Amino acid sequence: MADGAFDLVVVGGGPAGYVAAIRAAQLGMHVACVERERVGGICLNWGCIPTKALLRTAEVFTLVSHAAEFGVLCDNPRVDFGKVIARSRAIADKLSSGIEFLFKKHKIQLIPGVAQLAGRGRIEVRAEKGGPAKVVEAAKIILATGARARGLPGIEPDGKHILTYREAMVLKDKPRSLIVLGAGAIGTEFTSFYHAMGTEVTLLEALPSVLPIEDEEISKALERSLKKRGVNVRTGVKVTAAKVGKNGVTVTANGEDLQADKLLLSVGVRANTEGFGLEGLGVRVTERGFIQIDADYKTTSPGIYAIGDCAGGALLAHKAMQEGIVCVETIAGKRSHRVDYNSIPSCTYCSPEVASVGLTEKAAREKGHDVIVGRFPFSALGKALAIGETEGFVKAVVDKKRGEILGMHMIGPHVTDLISEPGLAITAEFTAHEIMATTHAHPTLTEAVQEAVANALGEAIHI
Amino acid sequence: MAQFLEMPRLSDTMQEGRVVKWSKKEGDKIAPGDVLAEVETDKATMDFESFDEGVLLKILIGDGGTAPVGGPVAIIGKAGEDISALLAQADGKKAAPATKKEERKQTPAPAAVPTEAAPPKAAAPVQTIPARPSASPPPTRPAPAAAARPAAAPSNGGGAPGVFASPLARRIAHARGIDIGQVAGSGPQGRVVRRDVESWQGPPAAGRAGAPAAPATPRMPAVAGGEDAEQPLSMMRKTIARRMAEAKREIPHFYLTSEIDMDAAVDFRKQVLEALGIKVSYNDLVIKACALALRKVPLAGASWAEDRVILHGGVHIGVAVAIEDGLITPVIHDADAKSLGAIAREIAELAGRARERKLKPEEYTGATFTVSNLGMFGVHHFQAIVNPPEVCILAVGALVKQPVVKDDAIVIGHRMSVTLSCDHRVVDGAVGAQFLQEVVRILEHPMTLAM
Repeated sequence: MADGAFDLVVVGGGPAGYVAAIRAAQLGMHVACVERERVGGICLNWGCIPTKALLRTAEVFTLVSHAAEFGVLCDNPRVDFGKVIARSRAIADKLSSGIEFLFKKHKIQLIPGVAQLAGRGRIEVRAEKGGPAKVVEAAKIILATGARARGLPGIEPDGKHILTYREAMVLKDKPRSLIVLGAGAIGTEFTSFYHAMGTEVTLLEALPSVLPIEDEEISKALERSLKKRGVNVRTGVKVTAAKVGKNGVTVTANGEDLQADKLLLSVGVRANTEGFGLEGLGVRVTERGFIQIDADYKTTSPGIYAIGDCAGGALLAHKAMQEGIVCVETIAGKRSHRVDYNSIPSCTYCSPEVASVGLTEKAAREKGHDVIVGRFPFSALGKALAIGETEGFVKAVVDKKRGEILGMHMIGPHVTDLISEPGLAITAEFTAHEIMATTHAHPTLTEAVQEAVANALGEAIHI
Repeated sequence: MAQFLEMPRLSDTMQEGRVVKWSKKEGDKIAPGDVLAEVETDKATMDFESFDEGVLLKILIGDGGTAPVGGPVAIIGKAGEDISALLAQADGKKAAPATKKEERKQTPAPAAVPTEAAPPKAAAPVQTIPARPSASPPPTRPAPAAAARPAAAPSNGGGAPGVFASPLARRIAHARGIDIGQVAGSGPQGRVVRRDVESWQGPPAAGRAGAPAAPATPRMPAVAGGEDAEQPLSMMRKTIARRMAEAKREIPHFYLTSEIDMDAAVDFRKQVLEALGIKVSYNDLVIKACALALRKVPLAGASWAEDRVILHGGVHIGVAVAIEDGLITPVIHDADAKSLGAIAREIAELAGRARERKLKPEEYTGATFTVSNLGMFGVHHFQAIVNPPEVCILAVGALVKQPVVKDDAIVIGHRMSVTLSCDHRVVDGAVGAQFLQEVVRILEHPMTLAM
């Protein structure tokens, strides 16, 4: 009757799902993965990776435009926008194919289509446009269905003038002007990209600061930097309407009408929980719309697990991947670690980059820590001067008594790479003293991490 | 042939010891009977004497370090001997021997010994009353948690080399005075991480600490400039914390308070001083009164042993004495048979040595009843925590002058309030009241004390 029986069927082939599938296959399970589009999910096809390709273009263009400062003369650099988008798509395509290859290598059956939970341990998969169902049996099911862009009441994306990230990364021509609504990671990244491309960008945020979940000092520094570059940043703004007209979009913000070619909605995402038949099997969804799970990623229905964005928490690919591994190991009874939710780094690839891990200074104080704070500006760092990237700083939040690294917050060059050191420190429970005792190569940007910690301890050498 | 010197068991309840100070250094010649180091147990600071002859080749546990009973603290042998094999062995061996000894000690559960505390001195025969028809052996405690740890990995953190622990866990352990070698790790590959140290309850099992208070002003920790300070836990503080929490949690306490007319006792004390030249304190009178009352109501001096109640043949009274960072209860053995003068002298002498932490184990174990007095601090009335396996403790308040009605006139009278805390598993209200009544009767007719 069934078209296949598996130890594990993973619904969704994004970062949570594909990693879970591969880890399960490594542990000897017979695995299938249901995916309605391409494996790799939003991250790989419509998120993390293609946007990083776009932002690299922005970086290269900005650098070349300032080449004369480095003694390199290249007159009149221009952008071939079609090629910029094509490069981004080619990279996404290559990575997705790479995962298909990994699936083959691990003998994971990729079942294209939309999954429907049809009964205990039973899944029906149909093509998105309908048609006959393929029925598979699964001893265990992992839901990794992800999330999608959210609209605002009365402002729904139309894909032409009111865009989500999905359309914004494949525009045919660069817009002359763009209003970005929501200054989270997606909003600030597209702001940086289009601003560098020459688009006139207005960034609107309802909360009092850009990147509102980051440490206040970092958010303030980013806002200053964006404004200095010529981005029109407005925070604490309430947007009540967006009308599409002949000349683009008119957005009503705090009662004022703002005009632009396009509007990008980046106000957050909602979990994909509808249309899979979750209710029928008693898989409960929380008030905030995420699938309810326990500490072992079990849903309220036996044999069904949920990981990644659809299960809530930090909506980050790297957190989803970790959950994929830990969830599968838990199912197999071979768990090597739990996800350390205190040390999940957060990275935003706007310009300048922002990265953080652990507690903000405010959160650390609220938790009752006796906090000492250290800062180190890249302008005081030899390597940063040499590469011509002196904007930004590193901020260390340290527990005074124990020297525990409570949090690290960074804005500046390559900080999304630098954040791994404090991430390791927090996970491995290294303290300020181990960071001080570690010889950091010179000249490197990583010296800023050590110097910020040294500054917290009152021992910084170079400031 | 080089060998380990192991942490000796210096008291019945000792689980681990802290090396206060080595009196020998590496390279020193050692003869049997030489004092090697001062060791702090859960009760006292004692001399660690050598049974062996040789040269102290290596100190494994330095000043301030802690080792479980039976754990290696040093290596002794001939001068110049190769000890690399022993050194390699030291880490793994550190905790294990204590575990084995603990099991050996616990398996053949001794018939009449209550819990892990030292048995009361059995001068007279001990009688047991079965509490339940099917008597099961006393519960044995789990072996110390430190045993099951994968091979230690090298670490660059300070202190406790060879223990597989995160630097943060080490710092917290150090700040709290926890021996990280005793903490079981729950991190990757058994690594000791922060949560393990933060949730560490101390080694399972240990000795009795005592009840609140007595003479000697407890030293308050000095806190500078209004800032919070962390105080590492001493062995004694850890023991008191665990034992008292356990007692208050486990024992169904109830409390009986009586006021004693002390007019006659005040006169009696004066007479003893004038006629015999012996200075006795009111506390001495209370101790003797309790000892005599216990002969009448032996159940108040019994022990709870889970499956039965033990009635002791002797009357041994513990007296809570406050000492630096804690308290200890030196014991007046056979107090019922001793004269007031003898009790007064013994108490003074024991309390003095208790404050210097020089009591021998037999001098602070084996009590069947405890007296705790906070009268000298002006406390009128308080309730003490029963000190298991004992079942009663008497909390003595201050002797106060107050207006009383005598022959229909208001006159000045001496009054003292005492509160008996009882373990209801053994002592019912009427029994406790009967005992207390007897104490009151004796103190109100102090000539009884001279008999």
